[in-house]
Amino acid sequence: MVTYFSDIYNGLISLFIGMGVTFKEFFKPTVTVQYPYETLTMTDKYRGHVELIENDEGKPNCVVCGLCARACPSGCITLAGEKPEGAKKKALTKYVLDFTRCSLCGSCVESCNFNALEFSKEYNLASTRKEDFIFDLLQRLEERNK
Amino acid sequence: MSSPIQLQPDETFVLNVGPQHPATHGVLRVKMEMHGEYIVNSETVIGYIHRMHEKMGENKTYPQFLMNLSRMDYLGALGYSHGHVLVVEKASGIEVPKRAEYIRAIMVELNRISSHLFWFGAFVMDLGGFSPLMYALQDREHILDMLEAVTGSRLTYCYFRFGGLYNDIDDDFIDAARRFIPRMRKSLIKYEKLVTGNIIFRKRLEGNAFLSKETCRKYGASSAVARGSGINFDVRKNEPYSVYPEFDFDVPVYHECDSLARYMVRMDEIEQSLRIIEQGLDKLPDGPIMPAKKPKLIKPPAGDYYQAVETARGSFGVRLVSDGTKTPYRLKLRSPTFSNMHLFDETCRGMMIMDALAFMGSLDLVIPEIDR
Repeated sequence: MVTYFSDIYNGLISLFIGMGVTFKEFFKPTVTVQYPYETLTMTDKYRGHVELIENDEGKPNCVVCGLCARACPSGCITLAGEKPEGAKKKALTKYVLDFTRCSLCGSCVESCNFNALEFSKEYNLASTRKEDFIFDLLQRLEERNK
Repeated sequence: MSSPIQLQPDETFVLNVGPQHPATHGVLRVKMEMHGEYIVNSETVIGYIHRMHEKMGENKTYPQFLMNLSRMDYLGALGYSHGHVLVVEKASGIEVPKRAEYIRAIMVELNRISSHLFWFGAFVMDLGGFSPLMYALQDREHILDMLEAVTGSRLTYCYFRFGGLYNDIDDDFIDAARRFIPRMRKSLIKYEKLVTGNIIFRKRLEGNAFLSKETCRKYGASSAVARGSGINFDVRKNEPYSVYPEFDFDVPVYHECDSLARYMVRMDEIEQSLRIIEQGLDKLPDGPIMPAKKPKLIKPPAGDYYQAVETARGSFGVRLVSDGTKTPYRLKLRSPTFSNMHLFDETCRGMMIMDALAFMGSLDLVIPEIDR
């Protein structure tokens, strides 16, 4: 009988303590970011999909060695290049990233010895079409330069 | 008008919980044979999210497989990567710099706290309390922000490399981690007041789902499931790896064998992880994060290697059989939740369904990790 009433008493107290915690939280500042209207800036090291780095002349740093394509675990990268007449190095003609397969591991960036790849800060990538995720990075670089 | 079906007094029916059910936290399906509200028999069905990680491990080179480990368990990803890198380092004899080892331990412990916080919120939500989930997620967000600033991603980190790390931590991270520790301790007091002391919570969990030591041993349970049943087993203490012997921390063990004991173990583990992080930040040595002589191609000599680590969900083991080529001959991933989950069938017999779901919550199941 005594335990019955002490249970009720202690139980009620525990409930009030819990309510007190919730009540205090009620007056704390809001931390939710209302996403489509407000956005956060990504940190410097954020790993988005890869992007080509350009040199001073606005051309990609890439020398078409193909190390990134070989390092990729999922085979997302297809690239091609050709040697222009009289030039020493190969020039990039095609760099396609299949983002549907990419798992953002960063192996390609790490494998690159020529400072040709970097992570972008893009994350608003939702789409209903598969083709939207096949990125032509060379074209993106040209668009950035315009 | 058809009248409702009348069951005979001893007639049972089959209730299908999952594969899409909020209480199973993923695509786990449980076939329950019910007699009224009581469970007569239960059978867990897995395999809905099987992705052949082990087979992928045999087909990919060692560095290419790194990112798969973080996809196994989305809540405590770093612990799993830790096991994988340790076994490959052991096999190929790569020396890891001291600084990298310390940073690994700090990161894994932070990840363990974030995993426990999510479990805490989800568990209380299973029992019907919603606001603790929001508070827990708010604390977890601080950890994810810290980890994101260093690793570049929030859940699937891919941060460890053979021999070291992908990125070094900076002063901002150290400051943030130092600020986080007292904050988390304050939050733990808040959870204590809000949830642990709550009479409804205690009444539901005290004596719920008794798990004997023998059952835990029989199924190979680990983590809080075993430690809540009085088995003092923690890989970090029993088979020390990395720099864990240099830290001073306790392994919380409870002998009540009920769901509340499992809950208490995890809450105490958060405090112990905070202690490890604190010591790690104090002792953090300077130096490189990658070894000076890193082999270009990882080709462990032929042999059989094993390494176990303590992840947020229990003892995770990687067995690597190498034939001397650049891909493993066999990569066996021993996942802790697989063992922990199979306790459920035997233990939930005779329980009421709501108690069984509370018990399932206390096991801390992450389904992608069971299926691999």
